[in-house]
Amino acid sequence: MPRSRRTGRRSPLASVALLVIGLLTTGGAYALVTSSATASTTSASATTAEEGEKLFMANCASCHGIGAVGTTDAPSLVGVGAAAVDFQVGTGRMPMAASGPQAEAKPVQFTDEQVKALAAYVATLGEGPAIPADEFLTGEGDVALGAELFRINCAMCHNVAGAGGALTEGKFAPDLKDVDPAHVYEAMVTGPQNMPVFNDLNITPEEKADIIAYLEYLNDHPSPGGLDLGGLGPVSEGLFVWIFALGAIVAVTVWLTAKSN
Amino acid sequence: MTVTVSDTTGTNRPGTEPAVAEVGRGMRFTNWAAGYVDERFKLSGWVRDYGRKIFPDHWSFMLGEVALYSLIVVLLSGTFLTFFFQASMVETHYDGSYVPLKGIQMSAAMASTLDISFDIRGGLLVRQIHHWAALLFVASIGLHMLRVFFTGAFRKPREINWLLGFTLFILAMAEGFTGYSLPDDLLSGNGLRIIDGMVKGVPVIGTWISYLLFGGEFPGTTVIGMFYSLHILLLPAILVAIVGVHVIMVFVNKHTQYAGPGRSNDNVVGVPVMPVFAAKAGGFFFIVFGVIVLVAATVTINPIWNYGPYDPSPVSAGTQPDWYIGFADGMLRLIPPGWELEILGFTLSLNILVPLLVLPLFLALVAFYPFFEAWVTGDKRHHNIADRPRNAPMRTAIGAAGVTFYAVMWAAASSDLIATHFKLAVEGVTLALQILLIAGPIIAFFVTRRICFALQKKDREIALHGYESGRIVRLPGGQYVEVHQPLSDYERWRLVSYTDYQPLMVRPDKHGRISVAQRVRAAASRLFFEDRIAPVTKTELESQSHH
Repeated sequence: MPRSRRTGRRSPLASVALLVIGLLTTGGAYALVTSSATASTTSASATTAEEGEKLFMANCASCHGIGAVGTTDAPSLVGVGAAAVDFQVGTGRMPMAASGPQAEAKPVQFTDEQVKALAAYVATLGEGPAIPADEFLTGEGDVALGAELFRINCAMCHNVAGAGGALTEGKFAPDLKDVDPAHVYEAMVTGPQNMPVFNDLNITPEEKADIIAYLEYLNDHPSPGGLDLGGLGPVSEGLFVWIFALGAIVAVTVWLTAKSN
Repeated sequence: MTVTVSDTTGTNRPGTEPAVAEVGRGMRFTNWAAGYVDERFKLSGWVRDYGRKIFPDHWSFMLGEVALYSLIVVLLSGTFLTFFFQASMVETHYDGSYVPLKGIQMSAAMASTLDISFDIRGGLLVRQIHHWAALLFVASIGLHMLRVFFTGAFRKPREINWLLGFTLFILAMAEGFTGYSLPDDLLSGNGLRIIDGMVKGVPVIGTWISYLLFGGEFPGTTVIGMFYSLHILLLPAILVAIVGVHVIMVFVNKHTQYAGPGRSNDNVVGVPVMPVFAAKAGGFFFIVFGVIVLVAATVTINPIWNYGPYDPSPVSAGTQPDWYIGFADGMLRLIPPGWELEILGFTLSLNILVPLLVLPLFLALVAFYPFFEAWVTGDKRHHNIADRPRNAPMRTAIGAAGVTFYAVMWAAASSDLIATHFKLAVEGVTLALQILLIAGPIIAFFVTRRICFALQKKDREIALHGYESGRIVRLPGGQYVEVHQPLSDYERWRLVSYTDYQPLMVRPDKHGRISVAQRVRAAASRLFFEDRIAPVTKTELESQSHH
């Protein structure tokens, strides 16, 4: 049987030809699919920015102006970069509910895709800080260096324990507990509200990653001493000792000297 | 032998003597030991004299005990800490188990405090016990002082004991501040920097004192070692010695008591030290200790691992001293900006000098008030009956004004936290507190005085006419009256027995002259006692009972 086949109509080159045809077909199809995938990504990015522009016109332009050039009510957003938008909108600070000393964090008004779309749109208006790469946001880094950088650069407003603090005229540095690492990074590069900008020459991206690592360490490790009383230091400790410790003891003295009825 | 001992000690009653022959081995040993000790230390005399001392029962009389017991806890826990703490500012690199500080440069003091917190068994608990007990110590002293003040328990013969107690309050603050500085962390370093700034604000000598204190330019390398000697040696020695005298004075002068049936200036009604009071007090010690340990085991205090080592450049938001220094920090914060003068090229920092004058003045008023009041009343009698605050309206009002003044300064130390937590502007908070610092005590004074008068009037009304019973009776003529429930004699006693002072009359001395001091005193006396509600007299009561 095999012998009759070999001497049949299939030539010895047939298998080679088949292989070549197969490879060509697969490769060609793959190339076709891949190139079409690339094309769709580009068009998706374009549509994202377009989508962002529509969202911007509907939600932001009344204050920031058409084309984000700014009005008397709000600044121009040309050149603030995607990071600024991702921070302000992604933490719910924008759109503002009301004018006040500073924009306050509140429930986020847009979905994550919408935030990214707005960021993509604003990024097309001019060069600015981009949304940070994931490698800086892992929370892995030199915690000790991050803690030292935090004490030197951040603690005077945000408090050493990241509990926040007062600024002038009702403005404040917020509590940093459980803030998303991306938002911490974006805040450092864009300097929202009253915060100064810590650019990459001032604090390198790796050092920013260390600071984030320290904040993540604080989030993941509750105070070794027990309840932290808000991390506010001697004020909450003093109130605690007067109200709870001395209060409990005074209650005991009343009980000890009570007359039985 | 045994019989002789029991006679001298007076512990065995004559009726128990026949039992001596049948006592067991244990009892014989107890008797022998008691005799042995007594023959050498004359303890029976002490027990006879002091064991039967009477202590009146009232919850507010136990606050001083709270201070004493928390002091004992502070001493015990502090001794443990001295085993491991290194009072040195030698620079080292931390190599303990707290990751966020690993490899960071710091002083040996800070590193050893971190080791106590993380690498010594039970160290963190003892550190927190020490610090919480210290806060409680000063807080209970404060509350104890308020009780003594508002009940007039500082009057003759106890003025000196008030001064001793006041000294203890100051020493406790000094102990607290030196202890707060020892770990050499960022927070305590900032506290020291404020002290340095205040010292340097003093004209001429300020800089010299600062260099002397820190052994050169701040922060220097000596201050921790010096504070350590003060904190564990000198200050505790003085403190414990004065506590001893303070307590002995309570035995000597006897405790005050509130007015009540059978209680007079010449007796003390209560329970004897042995055994009831001693048992209660011993138990109370363990309750206080227990509360401190419970708090220390569950609540963080002074998390130096967050603060990090001291470095003169960073200052954290929310940097405050421990509560008992807060009033001084608050006073600094309340001074309006720009209080500086330049004279002949020298800057006079009024923003520092004013607090440096106001704070000691306030403390001096607290210390010497008993002598001022004694001078105004001219009262040389012994007072062993504690006043109800309403029955001394002027003193209570002055006290309320002082408390308000202190409270405003205290609140000002947390002005930034008030601003963030109540969503206010910190400038607004400061302005409000500045106004309150002046207006608050005045308002508190008048309001408190009026409240005291009102309460006295109410007491008078009740003493004369009894309680409103709520029962309305219609008389045959159609008139409605509410039946008043008369008081028992016991209840009435409490309401009517208090010292009634009257304004002093200006009288010429033996040379026929009226001195300026006399006039001032008479004026002060008028201020104190011109408006007053006199206690119900016997005549009034009798005429009322005929109704």
